[in-house]
Amino acid sequence: MNIHEYQAKALFEKYGVPVPQGVAAKSPAEFESALAQLPDAPVVVKSQIHAGGRGKGTFTDGFKGGVKFAKTKADALDYAKKMFNNTLVTIQTGPAGRKVQTIYFTHASDIKKEYYLAILLDRATSKPVIVASTEGGVDIETVAHDTPEKIFKVLIDPAYGIADFQVRELIFKLGLNPAEAKNAAKLIRNLYTFFWETDAAMVEVNPLITTPDDKVLALDAKVSFDSNALFRHPEIVALRDLNEEDPKEIAASKYDLAYIALDGNIACLVNGAGLAMSTMDIIKHYGGNPANFLDVGGGASKEKVIAAFKIILGDANVKGIFGNIVGGIMDCNVIAEGIVEAVKEVGLKLPLVVRLEGNNVAAGKATLANSGLALVSGDTMADAAQKIVKLVA
Amino acid sequence: MSILIKPETKIMVQGITGAFGGKHAQLSLDYGTQVVAGVTPGKGGQFFEHNGVKVPIFNTVVDAAKATGATVSTIFVPPPFAGDAILECVDAGLDLAVCITEGIPIKDMIRVKRAMSGAKTRLIGPNCPGLVTPGTGEGSKGGCRIGIAPGYIHKKGHVGVVSRSGTLTYEAVFQITSKGLGQSTSVGIGGDPVNGTSHLDVIKLFNADPDTKGIILIGEIGGNAEVEAARWIKATCTKPVAGFIAGATAPAGRRMGHAGAIVGGHEDTAEAKIAVFKECGIEVAATPSDMADAPLRAAKAKGVSLN
Repeated sequence: MNIHEYQAKALFEKYGVPVPQGVAAKSPAEFESALAQLPDAPVVVKSQIHAGGRGKGTFTDGFKGGVKFAKTKADALDYAKKMFNNTLVTIQTGPAGRKVQTIYFTHASDIKKEYYLAILLDRATSKPVIVASTEGGVDIETVAHDTPEKIFKVLIDPAYGIADFQVRELIFKLGLNPAEAKNAAKLIRNLYTFFWETDAAMVEVNPLITTPDDKVLALDAKVSFDSNALFRHPEIVALRDLNEEDPKEIAASKYDLAYIALDGNIACLVNGAGLAMSTMDIIKHYGGNPANFLDVGGGASKEKVIAAFKIILGDANVKGIFGNIVGGIMDCNVIAEGIVEAVKEVGLKLPLVVRLEGNNVAAGKATLANSGLALVSGDTMADAAQKIVKLVA
Repeated sequence: MSILIKPETKIMVQGITGAFGGKHAQLSLDYGTQVVAGVTPGKGGQFFEHNGVKVPIFNTVVDAAKATGATVSTIFVPPPFAGDAILECVDAGLDLAVCITEGIPIKDMIRVKRAMSGAKTRLIGPNCPGLVTPGTGEGSKGGCRIGIAPGYIHKKGHVGVVSRSGTLTYEAVFQITSKGLGQSTSVGIGGDPVNGTSHLDVIKLFNADPDTKGIILIGEIGGNAEVEAARWIKATCTKPVAGFIAGATAPAGRRMGHAGAIVGGHEDTAEAKIAVFKECGIEVAATPSDMADAPLRAAKAKGVSLN
């Protein structure tokens, strides 16, 4: 689960990770009072959306920059009005962009140097890893690719926690002066405590900055949490912003369906995540474009199948449906009956190719064949994929 | 032969009195698997009954192991308690803990894995379908079925199957069986980012197993476990290996159902992993419909029969 920058920074402050002074505003009526809480100095105006690349983004009305430096509060107010309720398109939002519904005003810090700091899971060792770099404020993947010697990593032993020598190692590698080092050591320790205690999946500070008076601040904050651990963090669940999620994905989550909207026109209905991914892949392989990832799960009931149909048909781009079911324990006939009922209930007009395999498959195929519905049966994944690609072409 | 489990292996089920655990304990009993104990704290002394078989239930894993000689546990415990259930197997000194549970917090698994280092117990999963060593009976009955895979699609044979996914594994197993071939053991290692046994661990076991003549490695986007396995295969593996990677069309940064199926950078995409497979001499299945033919091609190239 992702949260906004202003929410992440509020959590940082709670854990003793210094951030520039800032105030969030959720409506234009709040702009002036928000700005009044900041010192009379330049302000940075930041659009709050769950996507990176905001600074270089463009709004759909042509206004450039989702993050703006304002010399005066009057300028800040002007920028905020232009950003609010406007749709920001960045390299991470896709062409549809995201509507900006919160503006975050921060005191513009004097920057001596920019660094990079992140904490995440190192999958190869199953341990948390702290990643730091002297190259901040730029795309870290590019740094990793072009100048890997400028990226420093320390693996944390989860039984012991972060060790003093590891903090020192990072600080020496970053080349901080003694006053900065003292502040950075505290920040790194506190950031790790935040990561560990909140079940964060990833914490990224880019840039981390030093100021002329040797302070160390998190100028930006990108935080995501492990969805599996949300049950023990109601305070984090409360930060969820449904405006940032696809309505179809929200509806799917209510039925415990794993659904991700894509931009193609062949909807997929599959049981199992690996099979669902490879169903998308095989559609692409035969020249089609998948409209979604959808895993109805191992125990798909008739109700779930009906809900799944309604969700995929909520996507106006969909021109055909590929149902791919490998009935392991599940009876293929139960799924077939669910599909027939769903098709009748939603009055499906689009081509539907169904491929059933596994437990009680003969009865399942008979149910589909005798349903009187205009659905096409596929024998293998390859056969079914080719049929649906042809039907929507 | 087979790897990890044999038809004689005695297993216990943690969470046998739950709906899901109970149903799959029944299916394993039907398959002919030696399900000799159940564990549900507070229900020790009761029995799990199915078709005239009475499986004793114990309060703790160590009690179950001592009383029945079970060396393997299948874990069907809800996510908040599953990490603890794994550690209980370690404490009891079991050979193998197979954790089916999906949705365990990553931090719990980080701690569990650290606590398991140096221990004798091997963990498969979590968030996995388990493993099957097929038997010789009708529908491969008489084998050892641990977890939730459909037993009947298997056939005793010589292809080793290792995969991160559930239904995609069944798809591969089904295709292999349909070609008249069979499996030595099919292992689902699970779709979580922190898991017990890796692709490479299983490949090493298959390579050492005289009954496994060829291997199919099924992976997906996210992490570098497939790449690690591929490099070892190139350097050391003596058997024909085929591979498939799911998620070529997955958008970056999104979790595709499995917690671990997420593209993090340039190196854990399907495209990058497939390129490494090719470089390492692994026969790539172009589509999921090619998962039985690819091992056959790999075997033919090495002059090996998979029959």
